[in-house]
Amino acid sequence: MRRWIIGVLTAAFGLLNMALLPVLAVQPDEILDDPVLEERARELSAELRCMVCQNQSIDDSDAELARDLRILVRDRLKAGDSNEEVIAYVVDRYGEFVLLKPRFSYRNALLWGAPVILLLVGGVLIVTGARRKKTGGAVLRLSAEEKKRLDQILNDRE
Amino acid sequence: MSIELGHFALVLAFALALVQMAVPIIGAQIKNDTLMRVGEPAALTNFMLVALSFMALTSAYIQSDFSVLNVWENSHSAKPLLYKITGTWGNHEGSMLLWVLILVFFGALVAVFGRNLPLSLRANVLGVQGAISCAFIIFILATSNPFARLDPAPMEGRDLNPILQDIGLAVHPPLLYLGYVGFSVAFSFAIAALIEGRLDAAWARWVRPWTLAAWMFLTGGIAMGSYWAYYELGWGGFWFWDPVENASLLPWLGGTALLHSALVMEKRSALKIWTVLLAILTFSLSLLGTFLVRSGVLTSVHAFATDPARGVFILGILVLFIGGSLALFAWRAATLAPGGLFQPISREGALVLNNLVLTTATATVLIGTLYPLLVEAVTGDKISVGAPFFNLTFGPLILPLLVIVPFGPLLAWKRGDLWAVSQRLFGAFGAALAIALLAFVLVDRASVLAALGIGLGVWLVLGAMTDLVVKSGVGKAAPSVVFSRFKGLPRSVFGTALAHAGIGLTTIGIISVTTLETERIAAMQPGETVQIQGYNLRFDSLRPFTGPNYTEDQATFVLSRVTGKPLGEVVSSKRLYTARQMPTTEAGIRTLGLSQLYVSLGDQTPNGKIVVRIWWKPMVTLIWLGALVMMVGGTVSLLDRRLRVGAPMPRRKPAVEGRVA
Repeated sequence: MRRWIIGVLTAAFGLLNMALLPVLAVQPDEILDDPVLEERARELSAELRCMVCQNQSIDDSDAELARDLRILVRDRLKAGDSNEEVIAYVVDRYGEFVLLKPRFSYRNALLWGAPVILLLVGGVLIVTGARRKKTGGAVLRLSAEEKKRLDQILNDRE
Repeated sequence: MSIELGHFALVLAFALALVQMAVPIIGAQIKNDTLMRVGEPAALTNFMLVALSFMALTSAYIQSDFSVLNVWENSHSAKPLLYKITGTWGNHEGSMLLWVLILVFFGALVAVFGRNLPLSLRANVLGVQGAISCAFIIFILATSNPFARLDPAPMEGRDLNPILQDIGLAVHPPLLYLGYVGFSVAFSFAIAALIEGRLDAAWARWVRPWTLAAWMFLTGGIAMGSYWAYYELGWGGFWFWDPVENASLLPWLGGTALLHSALVMEKRSALKIWTVLLAILTFSLSLLGTFLVRSGVLTSVHAFATDPARGVFILGILVLFIGGSLALFAWRAATLAPGGLFQPISREGALVLNNLVLTTATATVLIGTLYPLLVEAVTGDKISVGAPFFNLTFGPLILPLLVIVPFGPLLAWKRGDLWAVSQRLFGAFGAALAIALLAFVLVDRASVLAALGIGLGVWLVLGAMTDLVVKSGVGKAAPSVVFSRFKGLPRSVFGTALAHAGIGLTTIGIISVTTLETERIAAMQPGETVQIQGYNLRFDSLRPFTGPNYTEDQATFVLSRVTGKPLGEVVSSKRLYTARQMPTTEAGIRTLGLSQLYVSLGDQTPNGKIVVRIWWKPMVTLIWLGALVMMVGGTVSLLDRRLRVGAPMPRRKPAVEGRVA
């Protein structure tokens, strides 16, 4: 039933999807006493996907699994892990699917590289296009045939 | 009976769309005026038929005719009338019918307002519109028929999804579709130009108002959807970089680029081929968005498999139209003459830069949205691309573009003087810097980023105003002359200024809410008080309440300033819709100036308290107010006389004026 509702929702509307189910994430009892650690936990949570939800981070999701992951992240932080270590720990157990920000890897090269490549290629195309127009003057120059005809017309007049 | 009438009208509309597709285009090829003129009545009749079909479905909803499968699945006799009507498009089949209704509506508009177009151009445009109608009507008839009957008819319907029982459903989808589908007109014009092999500045002038109208509606649709999600969700997020959201953002970005490049084409005859390509791409992105949302291929790979027919059908339409139009483009683009020359530092140059960045941003969002599919198809791995990726790539692309926006309208065509323009913008720059510094000093938790972002927004607003000031000659002419010049400025100049200022307002809203938002999470019981951002929020009571089709726990909070000044009550509740046993949160939202206090209820804790989440969202309303200002800018620009008067046509009778949108 739940799945069916989700299906209707996503099918029906662009901006409204499963995220619309009431979402109340972090519970007061989860919050760490150390505000610095808690801040780090929130940052990390925003980058980890709730895997039973659609495109929601564990920081936003009220699902049980998301809660478990939030507590796991906080436990790792309390144990003294760095942010990278926490991420590595979670990825080891749940796979790369859990990362909302994909890793910089060869497989994701196209994903991360595309904006830069497109901007560069587009820029180069525009610059060379503009230069060709300026120096080549293809628009303004007459073809050999046209030139011949023009000469002819001019000659006729004389 | 009437439902069969609706079904029959749709079948007739399909047959007529075939005529509208074939006859005028053939007529244009063999230069037969009579055949070309068929497009106009066909488009008008087609609109009437689809409207009839749509009304038949709507009346079945109003009458709660549960012998219609679609009504039974999505309605309930006890639903308020408004939601019965809006429920017509609160489901897959009905919303596709709305899509087609808006498509043929635009076709009819072209037929009515396009009377000053050259006959062959109009014939080809209507023909292409007919082709699109054909594809989508047969899609509805073959895979998504909303007119199927149910026998025996049940006594009661299954009700509309509670989340959709909201005024948002009345506004958001129609606006969004008007935007999506509105770009089909630009697309049809592009295809017509390719078929004819003729493309001039007049073409750009005809295309621009249609693009502008579609862009306005899409802006409104996206903003409305964003606000709807914001208040309905229960945690005040306004944008999630969700695939279905991206599907609506993509045509918006493409359409924004198209608006700007069409401007260059109209004024300077440059960028012709590029403009045609953008027109094709923008509508292709609309089609892609329709495909992604309808097939469910992105939100869940399995949804695609549950009804492969629909997904495959739309994919077919997608391949046919995008592939076909791009092939036509590749084949015919060379026949279109390239346009005028310009220096890099010029209005054209600025608009080219705008297009480069917007196109790259569009491609980035597109690749980010589709990449998980691609990776899964190629390697079988599952990866996620979410908000952190888009913030990290889209942000750095768009922010520099926003910085240079105020320069564009001030630069001269063909060859501009960057230094002179910079001098004129000194005032705006100084003021923006001062406000950024002020924000940095005043808000004690403000980061440098927040201050810079707010400064950027102010820069955009003041930069847009500078354009108006400079163009009306402030400081150079006598006040009376300035006033009359200001009044005499073309409406499109005001439109540009408003749209750019609107972007600035939205930027301020987004930046301040993402960087300066504060949050309190507490388990509370009645009588307890939470302090946030200079306000006291006292939990007064928690009472059960029974609505027409739901029950809820209603929490009442008393809001006051820390100084003690009372500000009334805020009511927040947790609702359970009984028919579907579905919980929703109804956040308590109080607008204070431009900012909002957002109160949302969570679960009960074991010791009898209730989890309360309170957010202070500084200047959050600017996000949507900015979009509203953009829409006003679009409207003002549409009223520009130059757009209503057909471009280089000899003006025969003044009566023609004002009829061309």
